[in-house]
Amino acid sequence: MPVPETREFFLDASRCIGCQSCVQACAECDTHKGQSMIQLDYVDRSRSTQTLPVICMHCDSPTCAEVCPADAIKRTEDGVVQTARKPRCIACNNCVLACPFGVPKMNTRMNLMMKCDMCYDRTSVGLKPMRASVCPSQALAFGTREEIAALRPGARPVNTFQFGAQTIRTKVNVLVPKAAANEIIDVTAAMYEPPLGRDLLDDMSEPGRSPA
Amino acid sequence: MKSPEVAADVPVPGLDLDAIREFGPFRAYAQDVRVDSGVIPDKQVKTHCCFCGQQCGIELKVKGNTIIGIEPRYDFPFNRGMLCPKGVKRYLQQAHPDRLLSAYAKDSNAPSGFRRLPYEEAIRRVADEIQRIQTAHGPNAFAVLSGASLTTEKTYLMGKFAHMCLRTSNIDYNGRLCMVSAGAGNKKAFGVDRAANPWSDILETDVVLVAGANVAECAPITTNYIWQARERGAKVIVVDPRITPLARTADLFLPVKPGRDTALFNGILQLMIENDWLDHDFIARHTVGFEALAREVRAWTPQRTAEVTGVAERSIRRAAELWGTAKSSFLMHARGIEHHSHGVHNVLSTINIVLASGRIGRRGSGYATITGQANGQGGREHGQKCDQLPGGRELANPEHRAYIAGLWNMEPDELPQPGVDAYEIMRKAHAGEIRGLLSICFNPVVSLPDNNFVRAALEKLEFFVTIDFFMSETSRYADVVLPGSLQEEDEGTVTQVEGRIIRINKAVECPGDAREDWRIIQDLARALGRERGFTFQSPGEIFEELRVASKGGICDYSGVTYENIEKHDGVFWPCPSETPAGIPATSAQGTLRLFEPDSWNPIARGAGPFYFPDGKARFNVTPYVGPAEDVDADYPVILTTGRVVSQFLSGNQTRRIGPLVDHYPEPRVELHPKLAARLGIAHGDWTTLRSRRGTLTVRASVVSTIRPDTVFVPYHWGGRKSVNQLTISAQDAISKIPEFKVCAVNVVKADGPPEYATQLEPQQ
Repeated sequence: MPVPETREFFLDASRCIGCQSCVQACAECDTHKGQSMIQLDYVDRSRSTQTLPVICMHCDSPTCAEVCPADAIKRTEDGVVQTARKPRCIACNNCVLACPFGVPKMNTRMNLMMKCDMCYDRTSVGLKPMRASVCPSQALAFGTREEIAALRPGARPVNTFQFGAQTIRTKVNVLVPKAAANEIIDVTAAMYEPPLGRDLLDDMSEPGRSPA
Repeated sequence: MKSPEVAADVPVPGLDLDAIREFGPFRAYAQDVRVDSGVIPDKQVKTHCCFCGQQCGIELKVKGNTIIGIEPRYDFPFNRGMLCPKGVKRYLQQAHPDRLLSAYAKDSNAPSGFRRLPYEEAIRRVADEIQRIQTAHGPNAFAVLSGASLTTEKTYLMGKFAHMCLRTSNIDYNGRLCMVSAGAGNKKAFGVDRAANPWSDILETDVVLVAGANVAECAPITTNYIWQARERGAKVIVVDPRITPLARTADLFLPVKPGRDTALFNGILQLMIENDWLDHDFIARHTVGFEALAREVRAWTPQRTAEVTGVAERSIRRAAELWGTAKSSFLMHARGIEHHSHGVHNVLSTINIVLASGRIGRRGSGYATITGQANGQGGREHGQKCDQLPGGRELANPEHRAYIAGLWNMEPDELPQPGVDAYEIMRKAHAGEIRGLLSICFNPVVSLPDNNFVRAALEKLEFFVTIDFFMSETSRYADVVLPGSLQEEDEGTVTQVEGRIIRINKAVECPGDAREDWRIIQDLARALGRERGFTFQSPGEIFEELRVASKGGICDYSGVTYENIEKHDGVFWPCPSETPAGIPATSAQGTLRLFEPDSWNPIARGAGPFYFPDGKARFNVTPYVGPAEDVDADYPVILTTGRVVSQFLSGNQTRRIGPLVDHYPEPRVELHPKLAARLGIAHGDWTTLRSRRGTLTVRASVVSTIRPDTVFVPYHWGGRKSVNQLTISAQDAISKIPEFKVCAVNVVKADGPPEYATQLEPQQ
C-alpha cells in the first residue's frame, strides 16, 4: 500500500527546538535501525539557538536520481524518493554532492547512499512516521492539509524552492507565515540574510555597561 | 584572590579509573537483537517514560527479557505520540552492560574498591549495622535519603520504613533540590500543592508567562502546548537569563539577572496597581492580604525594578500591560525561580500577580509549577519528606499523627518527630551526629551543591548503604550497594505534572540478584526483626494501604483505583472515596482543575475554593532580598546552572545511553562574546571557573544568548566535571532548597586541558 495521498509532511523551522528527537527516532525505524537519516544542527549557535532538521524533501524531479550514473535511486509512483538500491549503488557520491538540500549521506561501511524514504515501512501499514510523531514542538508534522490548516492558522505550506537557476518542487511542505508574499522560497538569496534571533542586549536595562 | 576551600583530606575524584573500568559509565548503543529488523517483539507494554515529570505515554517493545525499542503512544492524551530524545532512547538503559547484577561490599583490596556479596549476606550486614548504630547512638543516628523518581507506592513505603520500622526522624528526599520551593509557596498561597490546571487549559489561554523554565529542553512536550496557544493568538512572555529555544521566538523576553525574580514580579504588580489592572471583585471575595502587599510593592517603580533586575524598563512595562489587560492567562515556572535562597518568595511573587488578576480556577486560566522528576508530584505527598506523613499530612500535627499511627497499628508517641532536610542530613553526617545512612534514588555527590563538602560528609559515616541499579558516583562511597530495580522492572503509579495519577507497568524482570526496591526494603525490615507492616505482596497492596492513609488528607487518593487509572488515562487527585452529604461525589477521573468557584475541599468545607478554613487564597508580602553570594572583585561573574535536553538529573542513567551522550557529550561553559572578549577566551578554549568552594575546567561555548554578566554550566556530570563543586549550599529559610541558580565565580582561560581530558570518556 502506498503512502496515503491525503497525509503529507510539513516542516516549520520556526518551531525547531534542537532536541534531536527526530534524529533519535529516525534511528528506531525498522528498515535502518541504529542509523538516523536526519541531520540537525544550529544555524549559527554563536548568535541564536535556532536549529534546523535536514530531511529529504522528496523532489518531483530528484536531482540525486538525475545525477546517478547507475540509476540506483528510484522514485515511487506516489512521489517517495528512496534510498539507493544496494545492488546498483556504486558509492560514487554524485548524489551527495548534487542534492541542493544536502540530504543524502554515504554510508562508507555499507558502501551505500542512504537517505530518508519517508518511513515507507510505517506509513504503508498505517503508522505515523516516527520523526513527525515524536517531535515535541511539532516542527515536523504529518497530517492532511485540512488538519494542518486548523492547527496553524497563521501559516501556509510552500513546496517550491529556488536554487540559483534551478527550481525544485517537493513532496514535503515548508510552513511559512501566511503574511509572507512569496510562493517560492529563494534559498540562495536567503544565504545572505542575517541569522534569525533577538539580541539579548536589547532587552537589558544597561546594555552598554561592560560585563561584571 | 582567596584559594578554593576544598576539603583537604578528600581528593576530588573522577580519575578512579579502576572503578570506572568495572562499573562505567559506558555508553550503550542499539546492537544485536535491538537492530535486527527481523525480530518480532513478544509484547508491547503500555507505560510511561522513566524520566521527567511530564510522564509521556510510551510503549516498550520486549523480546525475551530485553527491551528492544519503543513505539510512541498515540492514545495517551498528554503527549499523543510526542516524545523527547530521552524518551526515544530510554530503552537503552535496560540490559545495559553497567547494570548491577549483585550486591557489592566495599573492599580496599579489590582494584575497583568493591567485591560482590551474596544478597542475603548483604541484607544481614545492613540490618546489623542499622541495629548497631541505632542501639549505640539512638534511632536518629541512622538517616534515610529517598527520591521522587520512585513510584508513589515506593515513596509511601520509604516514609513508613523510616518512621515506623527505623523510628528515625531523619528521612528526606531529592525533591529537596527540586519541588520544595514551589510546594511551600503553593501551600502558603493556596493551602494545597498541585498544578492548579490541566495542561489542556494552556491551549485556550491568551497570555502565557513562563518564568525560569527552559521548557524546550526540560519539559519539551510542553513547548507544543504553548505554541498551539500562540497559534490562536496568545502572547508568550519568557523570563530567563538566557535566550532559551522557547525565548527565541517569544513575544516578550525579560532577561532577568539571576536571583532578582521577586523584584521583577513586585515591579509588575506595582504597575498593575498603578494602572488598575486588577480584579477587585476576586480580590475582595477570594483573597486576604492584598493591602499589605500593595504597600510593600509601592517602592518598586519601573526604574528601580529595571535597575535591580537588569531588564529594560520598557520590557517591564510591556509585561505588566500584557499580563494586566489579558482576558485569560496561564503562568508557569520551574527551578529557574525556585533554586534560590529566596525561592519561596520568588514563587509567591508570581502567585501574587496571578491572584491580583483573578485568573485562576477556570478553564483557560490558571497556574502551575513544572514538575521536574517522574514522580516529582506524587513523591512529595506521602511521607518521605522530613516533616510529612501520608496524604500530605504533617508529622507535627497531633491529629495527623494519631490517624497514621492508628493505621500503622502503633502509638502516636512512637512516631518520631519531624527531621531535617537532605542537606542538613549531610551536615549532621559531617558533624558526626548522623552515623549511618541509607540512600535510594538519589545521587547527592553529583546533585547537591558544594559537593566537595558532601563527599567529606559521606566519608565520615560509619556505615553507608545505597540501593542502586548502576554504580552511581554516590554509591562509590557506600559500604554496601544493594541492586535495586529500574522503572521498567516494576509496577506502580506516579503522579505527573498535572496532578494526574498514572500507571507504570512492568515490562521485564530484574536481572541477576537485583530485585524490586520495595522487596529490598521489606527484606531489611524482616532482617531487623520488625516485619510487621512490611509484608506487602505487590505494589497494588501498598497502593490499597496508601488509599486509606491518604483518606481525609489534602492529597486524597482514597477514591483512586488502578482500574480507573487505566480506564480514564489517569485520575487527578484530590479524588476522595466519599464526600459529605449534599456534596456531589468526585468523578471517577478525579479533580481536573483546582479552585473552581463553587468547589468543595476538606479544609474550607464549602467556605470557598481555596484550601484554608475561610476558603480564601493568601497574598504574601514578598520583600526582595538578593542572593546569598553576590559578585565582588575576586569573584566577579554570576554562575547559574541547569540542564540540557539530552541528559537527565545527575546522569546516572542518561550518561550510559550512547546516542544521548553523543548529542551533548561533556559540560561546557556558556558565556557572552562581550565577557569572552574581555577575558581573552575564544569558543572552544579550556576555561577555568573558580568559586569559594571549588574549581572546574571545561570548554567555552561563546554565545550571545546569555547575559554578559552571567555564565551557565549544566550539572549532569560527576567528579571533576561537576559544576556542583562550585555552587553554594545556601538554602531557602522556608523550603530548604539550595541556591543552585546563583553564586559568584572567577573565570579565566585555562593553561591547558585538564587531566581528565585525556583519561576519561566524555560521559565519565
